[in-house]
Amino acid sequence: MPILAVHGLRKSYGALEVVAGIDLELSRGECFGLLGPNGAGKTTTLRLCLGLTEPDGGDIAMFGLPVPREARQARLRVGVVPQMDNLDPDFTVRENLVVYGRYFGLSRTALEQRIPELLAFAALENRADARILALSGGMKRRLTLARALINDPDLIFLDEPTTGLDPQARHLIWERLQQLMRQGKTIFLTTHFMDEAERLCHRLSIMDRGRMIAHGAPRELVARHIEPHVVEVYGDGVDAWASQSGAGLSDRCEKTGATLFCYARDAAPLLQHLEAQNALRYLYRPATLEDVFLKLTGRELRD
Amino acid sequence: MITTARFRPPAPSLRFVHVWRRNFLVWRKLAIPSMLGNLADPMFYMLGLGYGLGRMLPEMNGMSYIAFLAAGTVCSSTMMSASFEAMYSGFSRMHVQKTWEAILNAPLTLDDVMVGEAVWTASKSFISGMAVLVIALALGLVHSPLAVLALPIVLLAGLAFAGLGLIMTALSPSYDFFMYYFTLAVTPMMLVSGVFYPVEQLPAVVQHIAAWLPLLHAVELVRPLMSGTLPSHVLLHVAVLVVYAVTSFYIALVLTRRRLQK
Repeated sequence: MPILAVHGLRKSYGALEVVAGIDLELSRGECFGLLGPNGAGKTTTLRLCLGLTEPDGGDIAMFGLPVPREARQARLRVGVVPQMDNLDPDFTVRENLVVYGRYFGLSRTALEQRIPELLAFAALENRADARILALSGGMKRRLTLARALINDPDLIFLDEPTTGLDPQARHLIWERLQQLMRQGKTIFLTTHFMDEAERLCHRLSIMDRGRMIAHGAPRELVARHIEPHVVEVYGDGVDAWASQSGAGLSDRCEKTGATLFCYARDAAPLLQHLEAQNALRYLYRPATLEDVFLKLTGRELRD
Repeated sequence: MITTARFRPPAPSLRFVHVWRRNFLVWRKLAIPSMLGNLADPMFYMLGLGYGLGRMLPEMNGMSYIAFLAAGTVCSSTMMSASFEAMYSGFSRMHVQKTWEAILNAPLTLDDVMVGEAVWTASKSFISGMAVLVIALALGLVHSPLAVLALPIVLLAGLAFAGLGLIMTALSPSYDFFMYYFTLAVTPMMLVSGVFYPVEQLPAVVQHIAAWLPLLHAVELVRPLMSGTLPSHVLLHVAVLVVYAVTSFYIALVLTRRRLQK
């Protein structure tokens, strides 16, 4: 039985179909990533899966329980890290965990055992009695993650867990999430950081305008949708170079801002040619998930 | 489908108690300043007007003016405290701190949160009403053990004002919005419901309007109980408060579902 199964899920706000008939399945122990630009419908999908809003169509089953009808029962086994921290500012770190544990009906003894473990997990042992306002952004995120684990959930939803964090803080969160996967937890992650998705997720779906437009493992998606070599070219005269030589030497070229992205199955001729261009600078790299993402969802700005 | 779901009757679980406990724990941390804030204002009015103005006034309905005013203040202080809690604090928890959002990710529903908030608001306003009652007792303004019966009335009135406040919270775009409710509902209600002077002093039209307001019915019950007589039309007054409490809670719930369960 899948941990989470979603079929034909739909949700509209007025005339706008935010989730337009999507299917999902998460099996135990996997990390699934939902990628998409802003407004793609990722957060609405999460809210629907948690039973926080009624779908217009389709079915959701979490641990085999129908959602939203038995969402309360299903949420007993779920942890959620929301996009924006919503820790209780009137409470200390420890009190935040205690109060949240009570919502799950955990007893005082159960909490007394659980909380030191969680504080260690979040590297907040020395901050147990600190006020929330005294914590850094990274600490708040770690506490939010610890809070989501208070009920030892089988399935953890994370909505853009590392947005706004510095690199050190992001790496620590990633390391903790990998630790949770080793414990057999199932993770449902939304993000728009491609490196995060590539690093953590076993399987990804790319969502845009309410639809799933691609599925697969990160490497698989790159192999399927994009040429393996990328050369980014910039500098004076890049446009002229593109039309005279660049376009012919690569399989595909795209301009974003001041940079020309050249995609090729074989980069050697391109690089050879660029060696001789003194006005141009370039960066040669393998194709990444970000290239797939931009190819599939377009390069124009989303707000 | 969404519209019918929005109107279904409340189906809370006992987990609402944890919402109450969460708010209680915050209150306990700030209890002293919060109590002072809640009490200072009604006390100044009660003592200032009661002694100052009372000296110039004859007995009112068979009691000293300050005793008359004390009974009104028990009710108005309950109303004030419930309104502030349901609106300013409720809005903080719902919209600013997103406390409700965090709770809703746990195995609680919006119905649990709303019941927890309403009961908490009533509890907090009960403390405010009771505090005024205790001070009135200390000043020798309460003459009968019947005054004990005012306590459940205060709690019921607290629930009624909690529901009304939560309606405003569900509709509010920001804190500023609550000023409308205070200036257009709370203040006039306080002036026409027999808190400061007998309702009979008012023009008949105003009396008719006041008869539909919850504060008047709370005052009509609490004042006789504090002075040691049984109120008349007990059932009517209690029924009005119950209808206000139940209806306003239901409307607040539907509006909050509309706002949050999009």
